[in-house]
Amino acid sequence: MLWFTEQHTPNVRFSIKVDRQLFSEQSEFQRIDVFESEEFGRVLTLDGYLMLTEKDEFIYHEMIAHVPMCVHPQAKNVLVIGGGDGGTVRELCKYKTIEKIDLVEIDERVVDISKLYLPKVACALEDPRVHCYYEDGLKFIRHVEDEYDLIIVDSTDPFGPGEGLFTKEFYGNCFKALHEDGIMVNQHESPFYQEDAYAMQRAHKRICHSFPISRVYQVHIPTYPSGHWLFGFASRKYHPVKEVNWQAWKDLRIRCRYYNCPLHAGSFALPNYVEELLRDVED
Amino acid sequence: MKYISQENAPILEALEKMKIARLVPFDVPGHKRGRGNPELTKFLGEQCLSVDVNSMKMLDNLCHPVSVIKEAEELAAEAFGAAHAFFMVGGTTSAVQAMVMSACKQGDKIIMPRNVHRSAINALILCGAVPIYVNPQMDPTLGISLGMSVSDVERAIKENPDAKAVLVNNPTYYGICSDIKSIAKLAHEHGMLLLADEAHGSHLYFSDKLPVAAMHAGADMAAISMHKSGGSLTQSSILLIGDRVSQGYVHQIINLTQTTSASYLLMVSLDISRRNMALRGKALVDKIIALVQYARDEINTIGDYYAYSSELINGDSIFDFDITKLAIYTRSIGLAGVEVYDLLRDEYDIQTEFGDIANLLAYVSVGDREKDIERLVSALAEIRRNYRQTGREMLKAEYISPQVVCGPQEAFYGEKESLPLYDTLGRVCSEFVMCYPPGIPILAPGERITEEILRYIRYARKKGCQMTGPEDMELKQLNVLTHI
Repeated sequence: MLWFTEQHTPNVRFSIKVDRQLFSEQSEFQRIDVFESEEFGRVLTLDGYLMLTEKDEFIYHEMIAHVPMCVHPQAKNVLVIGGGDGGTVRELCKYKTIEKIDLVEIDERVVDISKLYLPKVACALEDPRVHCYYEDGLKFIRHVEDEYDLIIVDSTDPFGPGEGLFTKEFYGNCFKALHEDGIMVNQHESPFYQEDAYAMQRAHKRICHSFPISRVYQVHIPTYPSGHWLFGFASRKYHPVKEVNWQAWKDLRIRCRYYNCPLHAGSFALPNYVEELLRDVED
Repeated sequence: MKYISQENAPILEALEKMKIARLVPFDVPGHKRGRGNPELTKFLGEQCLSVDVNSMKMLDNLCHPVSVIKEAEELAAEAFGAAHAFFMVGGTTSAVQAMVMSACKQGDKIIMPRNVHRSAINALILCGAVPIYVNPQMDPTLGISLGMSVSDVERAIKENPDAKAVLVNNPTYYGICSDIKSIAKLAHEHGMLLLADEAHGSHLYFSDKLPVAAMHAGADMAAISMHKSGGSLTQSSILLIGDRVSQGYVHQIINLTQTTSASYLLMVSLDISRRNMALRGKALVDKIIALVQYARDEINTIGDYYAYSSELINGDSIFDFDITKLAIYTRSIGLAGVEVYDLLRDEYDIQTEFGDIANLLAYVSVGDREKDIERLVSALAEIRRNYRQTGREMLKAEYISPQVVCGPQEAFYGEKESLPLYDTLGRVCSEFVMCYPPGIPILAPGERITEEILRYIRYARKKGCQMTGPEDMELKQLNVLTHI
């Protein structure tokens, strides 16, 4: 019997029974593996950390993309940083009004391998509106000013290749790269285990310094540590819930398995302990 | 005799043999391979504690090297092109002091630029030699002191034909080199030794794209900080000597102040780093050059900042430039270097080497990664966007020519009194005042305190420079000589 095990903390492990390993490679930046499993379908891991499974990736990708798009449906130019698997881009491509999606992924191999082994996730990467840039996100954003309506930071953890995407200089540069009514949504780690909670607090603190509106919303992802995951919603103008035109989004008739408007509003209501963690780092 | 080459690391090999021998230690250190201090072992690692040992037959002795340390030093000498190399465990400070004290005795004169590191003037306090300062040229825009002009050195030599040695920074902290070859030639023609403070130049020995290294330029002694650009552990250093000085005498001088329990962690780090630089130094330096050039280009496209390089070369006071140094002029965004230094650390979690009143210095080495360079560049761009100030009055750094009233030893040990800092105008200082880093004295013992100097101290302190040196660590009081 073959098992994939990820250490969620030094004292907690999470395992998935694996049918077989489909792919393994050490790229310039990280080790990339794809497994086939009975329970979760295909599983993509980077440096041994689970990035997505076919069974629950819809939760992550729908919630990272539709929340900001519902708040700001006029968004035309979108930047995705990280997200080489294509899941976020797939959700964005459901909006006919989006004119351009720039995908900045540091590791071209993640994109290649996702196209080969995760076609259900990577299916929209060939959309003509999508432009892929293979470079460091921090470097890319530094040269951009007043360019995007929406930036989605679909990053790995704050160690390894994604390190630079959790820094104050990165968030500041994102602010600068957005139009004056732009929104940035980011993968915000988890509040539950201590190490993840520290990373979450640090990210929140830094985002608060750069954006006038900085909120956090939660989502349930079974294969991520503790299952309780957060996204950051940072905005130059729009509030994530107040004055959102819910009906306009419903009229788009976009089919989702997780996302809906009441859930969107509800996801910004956080448990007390999470509110407290966030308050601790807000000035 | 067995054949050893640069592929060898004799101290490393001996330590590995010692570990296999599983000796029962009834000698110091008392932690006994870490077993006696589990908390320390947990923190530093068993591997580290197991080789923190005392000198013994199979490991040689730094105070009197006859086997593996001797071999390691010979390999280092070969790698750096010197007649002999001494492993130093008291930092490059100890190497600079040994160099100065080997060349000079009580009352001897030594010619040096005023922008030397404090360790050189400290050595003068210890041995009683007297400095003859050559004023380094100053770049009026950047506000940094440059190298010595050859004609200035020549004048100092002619005026002081009895001087024993000339000391040169090769390069300065900022990467600026004097014409060390010509200065060495001049010194030798007048029977003087040429000493080089190469605290920021150990990598020069391994690339043909960089300024000439001191020993290759004919220096008689050079103090090189292996722990800066060479990759060894903090506090380890090497003193190189040429044929003109007596190895035995230098060794005696070193032993005057050197510990008799030299750390094998430091020594093995020198041995391994020497091997690494000898075998792979060229490629490593190439990588640093490329990283720094990339950073410089990116920083210069941000706007306002000026990351300078070899375009400064003027054939004299900037005879050459070490392009592995990343120094950035920041006054153009209305911020002192030290203010940018503080912002980088406090707001962006980036620790740079130091900031002075007009420049920031980021130290780039073999350990840096491209993504770290991206962070530095991005943070600088953000600092400019968020903190830039215009129309702010900034002190223009100018070279303050010291008025030397008496020698450092006489002043340091002389009869003195403690006065409130701003009441010391016109008096003679008996201690050091400097911003650290870079550790270049604003005032050295024996120098007159002028209005200009007090203004500089006030300004640097206001900008957040850490002032060190005086007995009163807060620098409210300053010691001055009573009789002058």
